Amino acid sequence: MPTKLIVDCSTGVTTEVELTAEEVAQREADAVAFAEIKAAEEAAAQAKADAKASAQAKLAALGLTPDEIAALN
Amino acid sequence: MANTYTAIATVTVGSGGASTIEFTSIPATYTDLNVLASTRSTGDQASVNYCQLRLELNGNTSNYSDRLLYGIGGLGAGSLSYTNAYVTWAGASTDSTATASTFSNVSIYIPNYASSNNKSISSDGVTESNATNSILTLDAGLWANTSAITSLKFTLEIGNFAQYSTATLYGIKKN
Repeated sequence: MPTKLIVDCSTGVTTEVELTAEEVAQREADAVAFAEIKAAEEAAAQAKADAKASAQAKLAALGLTPDEIAALN
Repeated sequence: MANTYTAIATVTVGSGGASTIEFTSIPATYTDLNVLASTRSTGDQASVNYCQLRLELNGNTSNYSDRLLYGIGGLGAGSLSYTNAYVTWAGASTDSTATASTFSNVSIYIPNYASSNNKSISSDGVTESNATNSILTLDAGLWANTSAITSLKFTLEIGNFAQYSTATLYGIKKN
């Protein structure tokens, strides 16, 4: 069973305590939740980058030069 | 060093490792808190040699948000933001695939930790490895909670804290 180190700052005493089954389950749930948040944030960033690239391609197709497109940023 | 900078407690992980490092019953007698930590994970974060070091305040798992700037040797630089997260970034830790016996170095600063305002957290950290993908992180975090901070709990994105990982909590007084 994993353990946790707890330092009581009022006494300076450190104790090593085994995680309860509930704490282990919570830890696993937290890991899943964070992975979901991270994936969502990364997907949003990728979508924004993709949209920017698409917009730049459309502007180029309309005849704008790279310098003119850059000037719009 | 000025006597306004006091080491409150230090913990070093033993041979069995530890899933969390917690500082509890933090006295409200200081102005700011600073944690200096050096950590390594027993876990293997896929494709890189580091993982996230996380911080939870007062056992609370809500109302955290972050703005993170990072630079990675072989992969470039970037930024991330998180809102409504259950922990805040506290830097990075080497993982089990980093060069043997290398650890991260992280400084976490929490000003006005005992105030009745929302709490800001900043961290500055870097991992070490004889490879291209070590990471440097700078993080600005917010915990939207007005309670005085009385405990800090550190966890890792993956794995447990490896032996010899260490953290020291300092209390800082303005005078």
